[in-house]
Amino acid sequence: MAAAMPLALLVLLLLGPGGWCLAEPPRDSLREELVITPLPSGDVAATFQFRTRWDSELQREGVSHYRLFPKALGQLISKYSLRELHLSFTQGFWRTRYWGPPFLQAPSVWINLGRSSVMSSQGSSAPLSTSSTPPTQSLPLPPSNPWVWPMTLTTTFCAMLCCRGRWSAPKTSPPGRSSCPVVPRASLISFHLLQAGLSVLLKADRLFHTSYHSQAVHIRPVCRNARCTSISWELRQTLSVVFDAFITGQGKKDWSLFRMFSRTLTEPCPLASESRVYVDITTYNQDNETLEVHPPPTTTYQDVILGTRKTYAIYDLLDTAMINNSRNLNIQLKWKRPPENEAPPVPFLHAQRYVSGYGLQKGELSTLLYNTHPYRAFPVLLLDTVPWYLRLYVHTLTITSKGKENKPSYIHYQPAQDRLQPHLLEMLIQLPANSVTKVSIQFERALLKWTEYTPDPNHGFYVSPSVLSALVPSMVAAKPVDWEESPLFNSLFPVSDGSNYFVRLYTEPLLVNLPTPDFSMPYNVICLTCTVVAVCYGSFYNLLTRTFHIEEPRTGGLAKRLANLIRRARGVPPL
Amino acid sequence: MAVTDSLSRAATVLATVLLLSFGSVAASHIEDQAEQFFRSGHTNNWAVLVCTSRFWFNYRHVANTLSVYRSVKRLGIPDSHIVLMLADDMACNPRNPKPATVFSHKNMELNVYGDDVEVDYRSYEVTVENFLRVLTGRIPPSTPRSKRLLSDDRSNILIYMTGHGGNGFLKFQDSEEITNIELADAFEQMWQKRRYNELLFIIDTCQGASMYERFYSPNIMALASSQVGEDSLSHQPDPAIGVHLMDRYTFYVLEFLEEINPASQTNMNDLRDPKNVLITDFFGSVRKVEITTETIKLQQDSEIMESSYKEDQMDEKLMEPLKYAEQLPVAQIIHQKPKLKDWHPPGGFILGLWALIIMVFFKTYGIKHMKFIF
Repeated sequence: MAAAMPLALLVLLLLGPGGWCLAEPPRDSLREELVITPLPSGDVAATFQFRTRWDSELQREGVSHYRLFPKALGQLISKYSLRELHLSFTQGFWRTRYWGPPFLQAPSVWINLGRSSVMSSQGSSAPLSTSSTPPTQSLPLPPSNPWVWPMTLTTTFCAMLCCRGRWSAPKTSPPGRSSCPVVPRASLISFHLLQAGLSVLLKADRLFHTSYHSQAVHIRPVCRNARCTSISWELRQTLSVVFDAFITGQGKKDWSLFRMFSRTLTEPCPLASESRVYVDITTYNQDNETLEVHPPPTTTYQDVILGTRKTYAIYDLLDTAMINNSRNLNIQLKWKRPPENEAPPVPFLHAQRYVSGYGLQKGELSTLLYNTHPYRAFPVLLLDTVPWYLRLYVHTLTITSKGKENKPSYIHYQPAQDRLQPHLLEMLIQLPANSVTKVSIQFERALLKWTEYTPDPNHGFYVSPSVLSALVPSMVAAKPVDWEESPLFNSLFPVSDGSNYFVRLYTEPLLVNLPTPDFSMPYNVICLTCTVVAVCYGSFYNLLTRTFHIEEPRTGGLAKRLANLIRRARGVPPL
Repeated sequence: MAVTDSLSRAATVLATVLLLSFGSVAASHIEDQAEQFFRSGHTNNWAVLVCTSRFWFNYRHVANTLSVYRSVKRLGIPDSHIVLMLADDMACNPRNPKPATVFSHKNMELNVYGDDVEVDYRSYEVTVENFLRVLTGRIPPSTPRSKRLLSDDRSNILIYMTGHGGNGFLKFQDSEEITNIELADAFEQMWQKRRYNELLFIIDTCQGASMYERFYSPNIMALASSQVGEDSLSHQPDPAIGVHLMDRYTFYVLEFLEEINPASQTNMNDLRDPKNVLITDFFGSVRKVEITTETIKLQQDSEIMESSYKEDQMDEKLMEPLKYAEQLPVAQIIHQKPKLKDWHPPGGFILGLWALIIMVFFKTYGIKHMKFIF
């Protein structure tokens, strides 16, 4: 042992200074942000974002040291060679018509996996964007065991994915990401939280008492520097909540952090490099004395968000002056003068979906797309994933705008295979200005096998929402976004061209009843059949095989009866 | 010289004898202590808590199971050793007036759901098949660790089941049943595979005693809330939530457990008849720790660090700059070439149709036209 020490030292010295200028562990940084937006209908939307950026090439080196980036997710990425992962759980529905376009909407459960690359090398001849996915490449499920993926996700996020039955997913189609079917219903039970900085506001009892809440995890690669020579991994954890102000504010539209979350902010997260709260005060600048924000903000931020110019008040938790005064920060907003009850501005694109028809055999699925822009038409990519047990008839697909037929510029349909994969219908539809477009298709309901029904089949079966992706023209031109300087909510879908902004909307999920058998019938049939057989056959058998003999009437006194009793007890024939 | 030698030898012999005797006395003392230490016979604890009913009006079964889960966690069994199966989600049920909570006492005193509950099998996953697979260990290899019962032959397992039952069966999720014979066989398989040291089986359903009538494996203790022919009744309705919150049997069991702490020596006699079985044998967790005062040095491995640094340098030079993809490339979508589909040979119908056409043609015009075709 003692002899080995100088030998080891010698070896280390020989390796030279190169060995000691060791590669430092990849840097990672955490930014957290909360955006509070009063919605046109009087509710208040709060969007939390926690963004961890990790400068490391996960797939190349064997990483073993995780600091801010969670180890479970990092291992998932490197093991399954993912390029992107988007997973969200939502309860409620974002009413685009009344609340305006969302920063990031999500349907009930949305899983979007990407083997395709968000980026591609500039010099290659392959077409750019997600359409560089070769059409035959399917989702990253290891062929030996297609259940590993959802199982891993299930435990990592402590939720239940997949209804009974197989995990079926459509193959990718050229444009559009390789999205797993939106699993319409999943139960997210647990809620593991950190307890510093902005996450101190996240308490389950207040957050679930809301009109809409959605948690999402997004992992994607981003450019590490302006020249984009290497990538780093970005993990965004978002939570969007919409509080119904009339319930929580006792009739007035005022709100405060304490009233919404029953907690206030006390200190910034020590691991975060940036920790900010943004409050949307756009209406303040137009008319003075409309609303008052307390404590008064030190700085404001103005930019074009989702097509309109908005102003935000900034509260920086890392600014010592902000917190030191009272050790807790409770942001309040009071409306000085009640805003005029004007109709809320209608967003340029919103959609609605419903099932019509009667009976348990047929039905019709209709999607209404509203384009409320007065003079601009724009295209919308509509992606529909319908489960196999609603058999779509594509010859009945009709698209009408303003009464006339509207032929889609691109249509891709992949029929379902029973019990293997759902229908995939993808269309690029041009929406004319100021119009309503109706897309309808008829379907037939299938009868499932006995064991494929859930324990509560009369509740109905869910149909995943349609996904609409569109580049909506914006009213005001926007500047390109600087990834590091701008707030997080601005860089969710960064604009390349300022004249329009990207929006992804989801329609309502639908609940469809399938013809459900009466599950008590086997029991009834068995009972009835056995009874009938027992009564009928048993009677016949008795009649045919029983012999009858005449019995003498009993004569004799008490003694004889006693003697017979004893004889019967002995098993001897009576007298 | 020889005298001193012999004297020294004698001295050493005497010394060793004395040492040995002291050693043996000390050893037997230590052995006694060690024996006492390990008298219970088990080294780890597991719990399998199952709620088998679905629908809102069976709120009390979920509250039962979660209350037992809380007690078991409080007494020391960690989440990794608890398999919790809940057949329905009461906390996020739209009929729950207080979302994200499940209460077990009226007037909403105690929220047993909390912030850190970890449910392993939920909703449609709670089936008879999954339950038996968890018990016997025959689980598909892709199952995550938290869903497995990784017990060994020195584990004490607590199995708690609640729901609706009858004479000889327990109903799972309104669509299937598990019989007492199946359960007994499952426990026998566990015994054969050495998956438990001792087992405590508690069941809170109507006619619950019928479920343990058929047990034939050793080292199982079973408690039931009612005899055959009796019903288990629910305890407290809550006017705000509108349903019953707990069952009576579990309510009283939990009242008893509230007074237990992890180091208690209360035995099952205080709960039920059997003696000498500590409550904490099943409800608590054994963690026997040996403290050492030595320090252990960990060596840095400098070779790995050096090679990774070199790789980084090389990579920087070779990569070309990347760029972001467009979000909705409308022009490309419209103008893309149609995919080449794989060619499949014609199917039965097409082949049959063509065969029919050719046959009719030759019948009509005769075989002499063949040379014009080929």
